Amino acid sequence: MAGGGCSKDTAVDFGDQPHVLAVDDNLIDRKLVEKLLKNSSCKVTTAENGLRALEYLGLGNDQRSAMEGTVSKVNLIITDYCMPGMTGYELLKKIKESSVLKEVPVVIMSSENSPTRISQCLEEGAQMFMLKPLKQSDVKQLKCHLMKCRS
Amino acid sequence: MDVVKLQKQLVDYRASLYHEAFLDEQFTQLQELQDENNPDFVVEVVSLFFEDSERLLNELAKALEQQSIDFKRVDAHVHQLKGSSSSIGAQRVQKVCITFRNYCEEQNVEGCLKCLQQVKHEYSLVKTKLETMFKILAAGGSIPM
Repeated sequence: MAGGGCSKDTAVDFGDQPHVLAVDDNLIDRKLVEKLLKNSSCKVTTAENGLRALEYLGLGNDQRSAMEGTVSKVNLIITDYCMPGMTGYELLKKIKESSVLKEVPVVIMSSENSPTRISQCLEEGAQMFMLKPLKQSDVKQLKCHLMKCRS
Repeated sequence: MDVVKLQKQLVDYRASLYHEAFLDEQFTQLQELQDENNPDFVVEVVSLFFEDSERLLNELAKALEQQSIDFKRVDAHVHQLKGSSSSIGAQRVQKVCITFRNYCEEQNVEGCLKCLQQVKHEYSLVKTKLETMFKILAAGGSIPM
């Protein structure tokens, strides 16, 4: 999937084995998305809620200036929309507010096919919106889409 | 029992589960995810589903026994159950959850209690079916999907 033309800021170079952070409060969905991503040659870290995800990314409450000038640990964040506490949308906003992480593509998953929800997320900068339950073809399509976006 | 007979039994049994809508296409997705690196993937995910569902059903029973029912809490549990059943392809369970959520929104106690009974019933049916299928699989060793 090599692209022509100039490549974007390599701080989030997708590479051959992208590192994905998958966030979902449902245990079964976490296991499923992890397998789907691993089957697409991704390295996967999972988080069970938005707070844990932010902590992992270095944006936790007690990590304010810890991430200054560093490169993102992950190449992609995929998160469920409906989560208790912090929703996927709120997580998306926090990521886009971060100077280090705002270039990392964020994908939102949801079981509800709501046009308002979809446009709300895309407007906030989500790369894609995917309907649950996820299938292998969805993840393949996701990977293709993101690799094209690179260049 | 010879392998050919077991294979046929497995194929027929699995077909009946789809035919009777116990399982849907999402279960096929799960099976396709299984490979040599993860030969027990389906059993693992389904076992997680059993554990998680049983926990949720207990929570639901407790929540609906309260003097003053917290419908938001009930709905949150049903939402979880709907999500996991959908992810593994347990179609009938998922369908009851949809109705269940509607009753939660209406704050209809009777409707919720009825749905709880229904979802427990559907869950125990699909659990038995899946356990039977795993037994057939175990008896015949690893039968290619």
